[in-house]
Amino acid sequence: VEQSPPQSPGPGKAGDAPNRRSGHVRGARVLSPPGRRARLSSPGPSSSSEAREELRRRLRGLIERSRVMIFSKSYCPHSTRVKELFSSLGVECNVLELDQVDDGAKVQEVLSEITNQKTVPNVFVNKVHVGGCDQTFQAYQSGLLQKLLQEDSAYDYDLIIVGGGSGGLSCAKEAAILGKKVMVLDFVVPSPQGTSWGLGGTCVNVGCIPKKLMHQAALLGQALCDSRKFGWEYNQQVKHNWETMTKAIQNHISSLNWGYRLSLREKAVAYVNSYGEFVEHHKIKVTNKKGQETYYTAAQFVIATGERPRYLGIQGDKEYCITSDDLFSLPYCPGKTLVVGASYVALECAGFLAGFGLDVTVMVRSILLRGFDQEMAEKVGSYMEQHGVKFLRKFIPVMIQQLEKGSPGKLKVLAKSTEGTETIEGVYNTVLLAIGRDSCTRKMGLEKIGVKINEKSGKIPVNDVEQTSVPYVYAVGDISEGKPELTPVAIQSGKLLARRLFGASLEKCDYINVPTTVFTPLEYGCCGLAEEKAIEVYKKENLEIYHTLFWPLEWTVAGRENNTCYAKIICNKLDHDRVIGFHILGPNAGEVTQGFAAAMKCGLTKRLLDDTIGIHPTCGEVFTTLEITKSSGLDITQKGCG
Amino acid sequence: MAAMAVALRGLGGRFRWRTQAVAGGVRGAARGAAAAQLGRKVAVVDYVEPSPQGTRWGLGGTCVNVGCIPKKLMHQAALLGGLIQDAPHYGWEVAQPVPHDWRKMAEAVQNHVKSLNWGHRVQLQDRKVKYFNIKASFVDEHTVCGVAKGGKEILLSADHIIIATGGRPRYPMHIEGALEYGITSDDIFWLKESPGKTLVVGASYVALECAGFLTGIGLDTTVMIRSIPLRGFDQQMSSMVIEHMASHGTRFLRGCAPSRVRRLPDGHLQVTWEDCTTGKEDTGTFDTVLWAIGRVPDTRSLNLEKAGVDTSPDTQKILVDSREGTSVPHIYAIGDVVEGRPELTPTAIMAGRLLVQRLFGGSSDLMDYDNVPTTVFTPLEYGCVGLSEEEAVARHGQEHVEVYHAHYKPLEFTVAGRDASQCYVKMVCLREPPQLVLGLHFLGPNAGEVTQGFALGIKCGASYAQVMRTVGIHPTCSEEVVKLRISKRSGLDPTVTGCG
Repeated sequence: VEQSPPQSPGPGKAGDAPNRRSGHVRGARVLSPPGRRARLSSPGPSSSSEAREELRRRLRGLIERSRVMIFSKSYCPHSTRVKELFSSLGVECNVLELDQVDDGAKVQEVLSEITNQKTVPNVFVNKVHVGGCDQTFQAYQSGLLQKLLQEDSAYDYDLIIVGGGSGGLSCAKEAAILGKKVMVLDFVVPSPQGTSWGLGGTCVNVGCIPKKLMHQAALLGQALCDSRKFGWEYNQQVKHNWETMTKAIQNHISSLNWGYRLSLREKAVAYVNSYGEFVEHHKIKVTNKKGQETYYTAAQFVIATGERPRYLGIQGDKEYCITSDDLFSLPYCPGKTLVVGASYVALECAGFLAGFGLDVTVMVRSILLRGFDQEMAEKVGSYMEQHGVKFLRKFIPVMIQQLEKGSPGKLKVLAKSTEGTETIEGVYNTVLLAIGRDSCTRKMGLEKIGVKINEKSGKIPVNDVEQTSVPYVYAVGDISEGKPELTPVAIQSGKLLARRLFGASLEKCDYINVPTTVFTPLEYGCCGLAEEKAIEVYKKENLEIYHTLFWPLEWTVAGRENNTCYAKIICNKLDHDRVIGFHILGPNAGEVTQGFAAAMKCGLTKRLLDDTIGIHPTCGEVFTTLEITKSSGLDITQKGCG
Repeated sequence: MAAMAVALRGLGGRFRWRTQAVAGGVRGAARGAAAAQLGRKVAVVDYVEPSPQGTRWGLGGTCVNVGCIPKKLMHQAALLGGLIQDAPHYGWEVAQPVPHDWRKMAEAVQNHVKSLNWGHRVQLQDRKVKYFNIKASFVDEHTVCGVAKGGKEILLSADHIIIATGGRPRYPMHIEGALEYGITSDDIFWLKESPGKTLVVGASYVALECAGFLTGIGLDTTVMIRSIPLRGFDQQMSSMVIEHMASHGTRFLRGCAPSRVRRLPDGHLQVTWEDCTTGKEDTGTFDTVLWAIGRVPDTRSLNLEKAGVDTSPDTQKILVDSREGTSVPHIYAIGDVVEGRPELTPTAIMAGRLLVQRLFGGSSDLMDYDNVPTTVFTPLEYGCVGLSEEEAVARHGQEHVEVYHAHYKPLEFTVAGRDASQCYVKMVCLREPPQLVLGLHFLGPNAGEVTQGFALGIKCGASYAQVMRTVGIHPTCSEEVVKLRISKRSGLDPTVTGCG
């Protein structure tokens, strides 16, 4: 019952005939009768924002009701070419000449909000934004235009979403709430080790959720050590049982998978557990586990297929190594583990494995946590090192050999230096690759419909309304180029996309100051710019950086190290000491960072930090008493008490 | 050269404040206050009157010795107890139940507090602040007098005097046996032996926090509340705090008031109380009775009338203006001893720092007592900033207030099989766009850490829309704040399901 049968075509569009009130000019209909200047916005609006809202609704109405809608200027030669094209195809269009209406400038503004295109002509065919003159002619040459004109109402679905992860599901639910007929295709290709999972995507199955739970398990190990200092009495050496933990975590994940299916069903979203592949414009072939093929069509598509872990491409890697796709459901304790990579995935996994008492080594090619503030990254690494994680810097594996089979078995890893000719050998029970992730965009027929991808990264370039190079195809989540690879970002952009497509909303996803937290043994939360990036953008002399080490109260009695937790903010002196970077290394960094991210959205300055009263005793309060600047070079170690 | 002096007199007052104030004077250059560098002489006078049970402590005031610090540490001990119970679910093979040793905890906590006392002394020395461990009172408006250990009388005169003597727990003097057999928060953190079965009387945050950690470390604990819990806090949140405590083993006697305490021959304490609605009497036996019914300012022994400093006839607290000035121009008061101020450590610290910057640093910045965030460290922590729902409705009217709320489940609770019925967040906003945020209330783990940043947001004038545009940090509890979509007015179910 995985696959719901194809439903009957969507509601007919008989009542949506083009507006007959307008005049007829050169095979096209115009809304402004000659000799009279028309207004599109209603007169006497109570406020300008309401008026704008009203105008936007009217434009939406025009676009939705017209088979072809052209926003044009009567003197514009490009507009004329487009009109002539449709005329030659014998297609009637609605034309609004922006130079002949009173509020043409306003219309143009609102249009650019909706479409991200400022110029005329601005062409819509069957509700799909085709673009300007060049794009329209391209679409004509590629056959897309004819397709758009033809398939005016015969689609199976309003929206098909390929990929049932965070971004896809949020978009599907929102579109369904807005009354659209939606299908979600989700199919997990098993990992080379044969691991597969249910609905919900990376975050739920092999990402944030199991990761944070294993991190929590490791923190509990630390809490157990602390608890003796706080008077709890037990003597025995506490051992960790991998199977018990994994089973509990997998049970929770299953309940989430089930919850997602249920919520799709409740919202009448069709869920098909099959692999989707575009075959022609607006048409996708879906193949289920048994190899059965079915075809579906939709007016619009969203690609949200996410990414999968990358392999090294060396001898033995796919045969013997595991990735984060496999780790969280591994049926046996991984034992002595080599983690290859220095991404946050690598460090988080190494961190919790070491927290369970396993022998863990991290092999790093160059730097830790690329893209993050490097001072913080190094501190994250050195805390891990102090807590038993070994680092092999500037080495890359060249060959993996199996010495013994088993659960776990024994693997020999041969690695070579990135700087010289030195090679080293090591024997591990498990080798976990966390060297990066590749987009799942190459085997889904995108080339057949002309969706451009970045050949190198496989990512899909999109504009700021998540639209790909093909007007009716959108992309959200980790596969969209240049966007943060984070669940909440995917959720937000998916939801907002659905609201823009099917609701009256214009709100775009705001990718500025996206906060995040790396759940290494000592958590690292950040929002805004890394110090390096801030210096590059604003120049060192225009920045003031405040920082301090701090000792969480709970760590004192527990006898944990002082002068390890660290807080740093980067302020722009040219803009009222506005906080442009926020960094914290300490317990509960995620919980601390979130509120500060909200404050940064509201224009947080150093002055406001100073004026805000701390909550005592917390770690977060350290930001309200930052006094020492980095440029002063003063000592930030804490002696004695806070 | 006329050396100016600031005499700071304290009885368990706000010490950290003073060290920072001194820093402002001595290292005045850092604050651009050149004048403050010139021979500013500062003295601190601190003396802790032993509690009726004989407990005494060192330099640093309530927060360090008998307040926030030991409280949060014992709270942490209780939280660790909960984590030990979680651990087996996460694969740790700990044999349950794990017993708790009060003595070990208390010693560790007390040692930490003593190290803080020492740190404060060293800091004063480093900054050349003269410290007198004497009980002093006013002789006239520029002079205080005290007697040192050897019986020598010490007279100190100063151009500016700051009173920061704080408050002490109140005893219900009308209740028989209250003073002889009861203890307060002045004593609980310094007990060498476990308090055993405990009755906590009161509904203040002190009462609930103490009852919370006592329950958490495995003691039989009862809280007796006459009227409402956490007066002044949002009442919906307060009742959820109580609900959570009750479901985790704390007993509650609501609508009851104690009438006497007696010591039984076996050493136990027999408490008699009255049910305020039925008038019926009842008794119970406890090892310890803890009064947490409020605090009184420490002003009576100061001879304030000799200096001419006015106090409130009702509360005995010192009356000040917005510049912390008392009725006598060169005498100031800060912290819990002041009428109408939030009784919070960071508030006192900041008020003190700003005061000294105004006095000697050429600053004119006033303390802003609005939107002070705080957190109650009950077993499920309650963090808040801004207005309670009641207060928002009272000020703006029901029809102008929109409340967004959610019941959420912390991810860590799932695998541990914990009940999350009381994990709840609500944001009180104005209803008219852009829906300015008036208050935020968060009940859940790490509420203090969650609340701090949002307090900044509210200070920046955050609107509901701005908070909603903030991307969440996944998976955390604090992300629930930026995902609040359901308004109370809509009547929709505010239970969060799944990740979306």
